[in-house]
Amino acid sequence: MLRFALTLLLFTLAFGVLSSSPVFSDLILAKVDRRIDLTSQIVRITTSLKVENAGSNPISEILLSFPENQAKHLAYLTATLNEGKGKGKASSGAGLPTEVVIPKDVPDSLTFYSLSLPKGLGKGESLLLDVLAVFTHALEPFPEKISQADIQLLLFQDTAHFLSPYKVMVQSLAVKLPEARVESYTKLEGTKLSGSELKYGPFHNIPPFSYLPIIIHFENNQPFAVAEELVREIEISHWGNVQVTEHYNLFHGGAKSKGEFSRLDYQARPYVRGASAFRRLVARLPPRAHSVYYRDEIGNISTSSLWGDSKKTELEIEPRYPLFGGWRTAFTIGYGLPLRDFLFESDGKRFLNFSFGSPINELVIDTLIVKVVLPEGSKDISASVPFPVKQWQETKFSHLDLVGRPVVVLEKNNVVPEHNEHFQVYYKFNSLSMLREPLMLIFGFFFLFVACIVYMHADLSISKSSASYLAKVQWEEVQATVQQIHNIISHCLTAHDKLEASLRDLSRTGDVQACKATRKSVDSLLKGVSKDLKPLVTFLQSSPQAAHILPKVEELIAKERDLQERLMAKHTTVVDCYEKKLGGREIENRIASNQQKITSLRQEVDDLMDFIDEI
Amino acid sequence: MAASSKPGSPRPPPSSSSSMAQDLFNNFSFSKTLKLKTKQQELLIRVTVLTLIYILAFITRLFSVLRYESMIHEFDPYFNYRTTLYLTKNGFAEFWNWFDSESWYPLGRIIGGTLYPGLMLTAAALYWVLRFLRFAVHIREVCVLTAPFFASNTTLVAYFFGKEIWDSGAGIVAAALIAICPGYISRSVAGSYDNEGVAIFALLLTFYLFVKAVNTGSLAWALASAFGYFYMVSAWGGYVFIINLVPLYVLVLLVTGRYSLRLYVAYNCMYVVGMLLAMQIRFVGFQHVQSGEHMAAMGVFFLLQVFFFLDWVRHLLSDAKLFEAFLRITVTGAVSVGAIALGVGTASGYISPWTGRFYSLLDPTYAKDHIPIIASVSEHQPTAWSSFMFDFHILLILFPAGLYFCFKRLSDATIFIVMYGLTSMYFAGVMVRLILVATPAVCLISAIAVSATVKNLTRLVRSQSQAVQSGSSKGASTAKSSSKGVIDNSQPFQRNGAILLLLGAFYLLTRYAIHCTWVTSEAYSSPSIVLAARGAHGNRVIFDDYREAYFWLRQNTPPDAKVMSWWDYGYQITAMGNRTVIVDNNTWNNTHIATVGRAMSSYEDEAYEIMRSLDVDYVLVVFGGVTGYSSDDINKFLWMVRIGGGVFPVIKEPDYLVNGEYRVDKGAAPKMLNCLMYKLSYYRFGELTTEYGKPPGFDRARGVEIGNKDIKLEYLEEAFTTQNWIVRIYKVKPPKNRW
Repeated sequence: MLRFALTLLLFTLAFGVLSSSPVFSDLILAKVDRRIDLTSQIVRITTSLKVENAGSNPISEILLSFPENQAKHLAYLTATLNEGKGKGKASSGAGLPTEVVIPKDVPDSLTFYSLSLPKGLGKGESLLLDVLAVFTHALEPFPEKISQADIQLLLFQDTAHFLSPYKVMVQSLAVKLPEARVESYTKLEGTKLSGSELKYGPFHNIPPFSYLPIIIHFENNQPFAVAEELVREIEISHWGNVQVTEHYNLFHGGAKSKGEFSRLDYQARPYVRGASAFRRLVARLPPRAHSVYYRDEIGNISTSSLWGDSKKTELEIEPRYPLFGGWRTAFTIGYGLPLRDFLFESDGKRFLNFSFGSPINELVIDTLIVKVVLPEGSKDISASVPFPVKQWQETKFSHLDLVGRPVVVLEKNNVVPEHNEHFQVYYKFNSLSMLREPLMLIFGFFFLFVACIVYMHADLSISKSSASYLAKVQWEEVQATVQQIHNIISHCLTAHDKLEASLRDLSRTGDVQACKATRKSVDSLLKGVSKDLKPLVTFLQSSPQAAHILPKVEELIAKERDLQERLMAKHTTVVDCYEKKLGGREIENRIASNQQKITSLRQEVDDLMDFIDEI
Repeated sequence: MAASSKPGSPRPPPSSSSSMAQDLFNNFSFSKTLKLKTKQQELLIRVTVLTLIYILAFITRLFSVLRYESMIHEFDPYFNYRTTLYLTKNGFAEFWNWFDSESWYPLGRIIGGTLYPGLMLTAAALYWVLRFLRFAVHIREVCVLTAPFFASNTTLVAYFFGKEIWDSGAGIVAAALIAICPGYISRSVAGSYDNEGVAIFALLLTFYLFVKAVNTGSLAWALASAFGYFYMVSAWGGYVFIINLVPLYVLVLLVTGRYSLRLYVAYNCMYVVGMLLAMQIRFVGFQHVQSGEHMAAMGVFFLLQVFFFLDWVRHLLSDAKLFEAFLRITVTGAVSVGAIALGVGTASGYISPWTGRFYSLLDPTYAKDHIPIIASVSEHQPTAWSSFMFDFHILLILFPAGLYFCFKRLSDATIFIVMYGLTSMYFAGVMVRLILVATPAVCLISAIAVSATVKNLTRLVRSQSQAVQSGSSKGASTAKSSSKGVIDNSQPFQRNGAILLLLGAFYLLTRYAIHCTWVTSEAYSSPSIVLAARGAHGNRVIFDDYREAYFWLRQNTPPDAKVMSWWDYGYQITAMGNRTVIVDNNTWNNTHIATVGRAMSSYEDEAYEIMRSLDVDYVLVVFGGVTGYSSDDINKFLWMVRIGGGVFPVIKEPDYLVNGEYRVDKGAAPKMLNCLMYKLSYYRFGELTTEYGKPPGFDRARGVEIGNKDIKLEYLEEAFTTQNWIVRIYKVKPPKNRW
């Protein structure tokens, strides 16, 4: 309170001096309506001005002034020309708030913003102007520390008169409070409190720089969510996704909590014993947001819910614990958005059109850092933001990056929801670069497999003359030979099968000639085969490594030969019988003894084949 | 499930050829031409099966990630995660020299010298490799997936081990069994970022390489096994098992007369190089030459030298009698020198005696009487039969069968696996957590049983079907021949019996696979940080109170605040809450823990003095009375009393009991009703109605109405209580002004 009194004193002193100073210009504010909105932690002052030029010179500049204690909390200022019915944003574009220090006669404690009008205001002309000023941290909790059960009371101070370098003819002031309960307020002439609205004025003929302090002490249990720092990372993937990741560092900016926190009390009556705390925040994400997540450094936070329709996606998040005054928390929200909603192309350049501020309702952000991560290989990068921001570039390494992705970083202090305007980042990007990463993967795997093949086929032994190496080589040769023998024998067996098949055909069709032809071909084939076998067996006999398998191989060959002969004999017999037109029973009798041998031989050969195969 | 049905498949499917045989000749010859490439076929099938097993071992461990999230589980893994994070951020040198002032306040902890760095280095190496390959992964994901990755690698080692011991069929079965065995999964699910995750891999690798070295006598394999041992030492304290089992094995081989030069090369190289390498780990240091636990290995090392020397002398001396005398002198001399050296070493304190942990392994009752801090850990309890059944299922029956097969075909390798199986089975019986060590052995031995049985049966079925095949192929063209009847009559019902047994084996293995999947999903995949319960309508209710509390600590307490809690939560508080703790899960200082135990079991004013002397700012207790969460501090309280009383005789256990009974209701001991732990747990709980139809202050974890409902705190105040009251944090008030 003492500080207040001091500032007030200073002001009165200052204005006492000022009131005698010369009139700033010939402008007159014919009518001023001020509305102060105190329903949330953000203070919004809407002022509609009717400006008249009483002098003779056309005027193209209007000054707005704010006392120092407000100016440092000013987050956003916009002025709109109100031309009758049609609302055109004129001055806010042309006359961006420009800080002007008025020479000489003005005390330091005032900050001036000049609005430049699109066209000069001629003599006797007038215009209507709407000015919106948004302040953060302008409400001071009093008492500064409260316990869990206490309600949160806030102090707001301002001037009842419109502080202006111009003369004001008629002025009124309305203050909108969140709840009907008001602890105290400065009572002036004509002050009315109706419901949750407090009215001052109207005041007439106020001289320039007049300051009439008012203080309102009222209850406000709205969430005082302040993000100390918010880092928004917007990553563009030309495969069709915009990934947004927002890292919040949040605290409750209201009255600090003191004493103990009782879960019992909070559970039993959360809106009485814990009225000043807030437990949930609502974020309005763009439509078609997908893969939404909500987590912090130590893992997923399970208390969140999501609704969506075609216009918006609403995410309600609950921090891990209710936030009392001064408590902090930190979390990360992430979501993906379809690329086509945000990325456009013009003049051969692509540009991202994205909202600047946080999607969370009524959040004050002390420092906002927006990082736009562009795809690797983007060039000619530029950003356009509707208000002044700090801007620089970084590089980020993500999956499969070689040189890193260019990142445009925008930083702004004191951000309010009014800053949720769209900004643009322009860049050039060649679509072919999109294929770089898949190709990298493909080649990576390709070389991996090639390396495997090379390894499998290359001989990596160090010493080519050592005994064990030679033995290994020899053994491999033996194996190959055995394999060859195995192949040949199985050829023979197939030939045998052919013979049997021809016999069956014979029994069905009675075509003796065909059967004979088959036998001839098989016979010549088998003869050729036995020639092939000879060198292989000789090699095995000469190789010491093969000593233990040699008998088996020899046995196999012998058995096979036996089998072959018997089959031939059987074949001849059957064909002969057919030629002699003997009966089925007779044929069977003739070959019966042979047949039994053949079956058992075949069995033995098969077993031997299996054995050799397993070597 | 796919994996367990594999055992038969490595070989060309016999049943298919038998059915084909009934068919036309063309088909028959077709199957013959396929058979030409049996080798390649077999290799292809084997590689495919192994790949499938590899993948299966990985994905079966991902239940927790799918159910919950990619997070670190339980207690110890949080420390490992924290150190890994530090390692990746600050580099190896910083990590190795890290003095951690956040734990064991005011003592601190030299991290580099008091941990097994293998796990962290492995995860960090994986992380760096992935980063190098341009995959921008987070270190947490790497840590979470380290254990499943190493479980997959273990299946490969199991395959090679099985192949070395028996044949490739047994190897594949072993790989399949170990991939899904609950005993192993319990410590290697995703998120269970603990030493055991990589240690079992290292353990099996060391054993495999050593057996390979013994089988081949190759210096290269022995060297590889020494490096495997080094990795094991760097990863887990369980390496003591290796350094005792291997010499024991060598000793058995010596006694059974299986001594060979191969063994000599393998053991000497492995022991000497392994020992030198192990000394590089600061936590192990010179224990290999100074501690009683490692003396067996050294003794066997010297014994082997004596043996070799004797062998050489025998080679020189042709006279048997002369050698006998020489033998007697040498053996007596060597043994007495060894005994004297050991005696002198122990007496002079150069060789440290066995530690309590080691004793408690040999004698299960030792810890209960002497070291309450070991006995207080639930995973150190002796194993119940049910948990054997739970963790091994049919392997428990297959294990003896496998032992039978091993004895039937005794070799150096099978002797090893038998010894590994029997010793680890004993240890598994002593301590629940050592089931883990027994699991690979049980899987391997069971795999031998499965593989041998299936192989025998399929051979039977196949030979029969071949006989039938050739018989029927003949029978198709001509009338019925007598040969078929002869073969069939010789072995009646054998084929059907074999098929039946095969089906039975298939059924059992299927049951095993189902059981394993069920156990993994129901019992072993819960992170224990997040608790899940079924709500009244069957919906899943999540209790995320631990993280709520830790995050509150992290955000809303001064950065240098000291938190006192029971040691179980120490690692979690430092890792997630980022605050200094008095004691944590590295229970190296019993006195410090006892001090905390004493504070918890004293009256508030006495406890306040202790807390002031320890600079405590916050006290954290875990309380399950509202939710019915039974592993809370009240249920652990008797251990605090015991451990506190072990150092400070002021604390006496009987003071907290009534007729030897532990209770918290009206009949509880007065000291119990007014001690700090009771007060902090039940503060203002008496005003809360927890269950409909029960009086206020009804404790759902213990099912009683509490005895002291009017609790006033004088020196502490409630700072935070989580949503379900599971974690309660109290602030220690500053001392009162004296004026």
